[in-house]
Amino acid sequence: MNTANSFRTQPDERGHFGQFGGRYVAETLMPLILDLEREYTAAKADPAFQAEFDDLLEHYVGRPSPLYFAPRLTEVLGGAQVWFKRDELNHTGAHKINNCIGQILLAIRMGKTRIIAETGAGQHGVATATVCARFGLPCTVFMGATDVARQAPNVFRMKLLGAEVRAVTAGAGTLKDAMNEALRDWVANVHDTFYIIGTAAGPHPYPELVRDFQSVIGKEARAQMLSRTGRLPDLLVAAIGGGSNAIGLFHPFLDDMDVKMLGVEAAGHGLDKEHAASLAGGRPGVLHGNKTYLLQDEDGQITEGHSISAGLDYPGIGPEHAWLKEVGRVDYTSVTDTEALEAFQLLCRTEGIIPALEPAHAIAAVQKVAPTMPKDAIILANLCGRGDKDIFSVADHLGVKL
Amino acid sequence: MTRLSAAFAKPHPALVCFVTAGDGDTSAILDALVSGGADVIELGMPFTDPMADGPAIQQANLRSLGAGTTTADLFQIASDFRARHAEVPLVLMGYANPMITRGPEWFAEQCAKAGVDGVICVDIPPEEDGELGPALRAAGISPIRLATPTTDAARLPAVLDGSSGFLYYVSVAGITGMQQAAQASIDEAVARIKRHATIPVAVGFGVRTPEQAAAIARVADGVVVGSALVDLVAQYGASAAGPVRELTAALAAAIHSAR
Repeated sequence: MNTANSFRTQPDERGHFGQFGGRYVAETLMPLILDLEREYTAAKADPAFQAEFDDLLEHYVGRPSPLYFAPRLTEVLGGAQVWFKRDELNHTGAHKINNCIGQILLAIRMGKTRIIAETGAGQHGVATATVCARFGLPCTVFMGATDVARQAPNVFRMKLLGAEVRAVTAGAGTLKDAMNEALRDWVANVHDTFYIIGTAAGPHPYPELVRDFQSVIGKEARAQMLSRTGRLPDLLVAAIGGGSNAIGLFHPFLDDMDVKMLGVEAAGHGLDKEHAASLAGGRPGVLHGNKTYLLQDEDGQITEGHSISAGLDYPGIGPEHAWLKEVGRVDYTSVTDTEALEAFQLLCRTEGIIPALEPAHAIAAVQKVAPTMPKDAIILANLCGRGDKDIFSVADHLGVKL
Repeated sequence: MTRLSAAFAKPHPALVCFVTAGDGDTSAILDALVSGGADVIELGMPFTDPMADGPAIQQANLRSLGAGTTTADLFQIASDFRARHAEVPLVLMGYANPMITRGPEWFAEQCAKAGVDGVICVDIPPEEDGELGPALRAAGISPIRLATPTTDAARLPAVLDGSSGFLYYVSVAGITGMQQAAQASIDEAVARIKRHATIPVAVGFGVRTPEQAAAIARVADGVVVGSALVDLVAQYGASAAGPVRELTAALAAAIHSAR
């Protein structure tokens, strides 16, 4: 569907989703951003590019990921049926790899010979290091020093995969600082370097291309749900940091007006305390190449996000989510650290699945909403990552010594 | 004639000096820049996420914000400067978010009231000019754009369109305060830009010494020095005005006699 009434035709030719998105970058990067846009447009129209992407997703990533009905969780919650899109079963353990495959194919197409990336929890860093190893390109991952300390296993994984991990000490040493440093590196190395951005944010065309690569999640889920149940789900639920897994699930359903959608931000210690809920607690501004909702003070200084999940503590959100909130197509809510921890344990015990702390936020929202819906209703939540990386911090929060 | 055009109409190339507002005793430092011979003052607006800046100016931003500098403080520094120095052009340099957060009209009006002559916004390229440019132009403030080694001849007219005061040529693809470009590449780039530009061209990024500055001043209308001055503020803190004045005087002597 591609009409004026469609929610699936954004962004416009200037990369704007309503008032959001755009290309707010230093002049040095602007010609490269325009090149990338041209190259992405050509790649989209090239069947060989799509075929290579699909082939890698099938044989390297392990797609399609299963669509799974969760019987015991459904029973415990006592309301709507709960289904999961199992993107935690992907190679490298999260949805991040879908996007990295697409972007490294673009990098190669553009003749770039060096890859950089930013990472928070380390999942995108691991996925980027993975595709770089697969294609034999040198890889530098920027990671906040605080995150390097709390995500040691992922740092080691990246190093095993041959990537250089640069700890960023500026600011609070988290994801936003890693992104600043990646942009600084990029501006100094534009001639040979491709920046693989990990979420559906940044300057146009990144929000669009990341969404398109991640939309494999929603396309598969839509077809799987139709073939298994003969109908579409009533509600989609996904966690949101930058929002790439959520937009990947939501986008193919945006014009199915009977399908409601719920994006779940990280409320951290609570919305009146430290949190990372940009839509709930922020306002529009410009950072990292795009206009979107940001956590900021009255002078427009960016404030630090907080979440138990290192993958969610970013003070911004992808611009398409900002637009979907404003037009009212998607509902957004938030879940605290404590609620996410409870949901994490609930899924472990009821379904034998250890989720990452990011989708634990989505599960916590499901826990609240499922009991309010009839038993014949269907909720589809995105299980976007597995929890192996989080067991140490979860143990810490539960007061368990490993 | 505006203060900016008067500064570039002097019989010698212009020295443009950058410091970050709220880092050290800014008013004393600005006075030292003027008495040292700076022709244009570029005042950095502190931001939490200075993506185009190297370590020196990043740290200056953090020191300033750590000391509690607000946007209101910045405009107070600017209007106090204007009260003391009626003729020296003052340009603000910074990032989009603090400039547009209360609306571009608000920002442009504050600039006009404080006697600011121009604004350099790192992360608003011509493609997003609508975010700030129209408000600045309506208030009589010059939007000063950046051209870089990646700005080719096809793109240059778009960069120049709607900009005024001067064009800031960033001599290296990179961040502030790091390596300096080879002089030959600067000569070539300035010559290329001046074929298109009707406004003066100032060159910056990585310029630290009077010798480098003089070499650039032989071809450009102005030379921008930032990180070397900010380093002195970091080193000398509250007593930085003296050393800042010395370096400024040495730079001014070299630039003003370059041709």
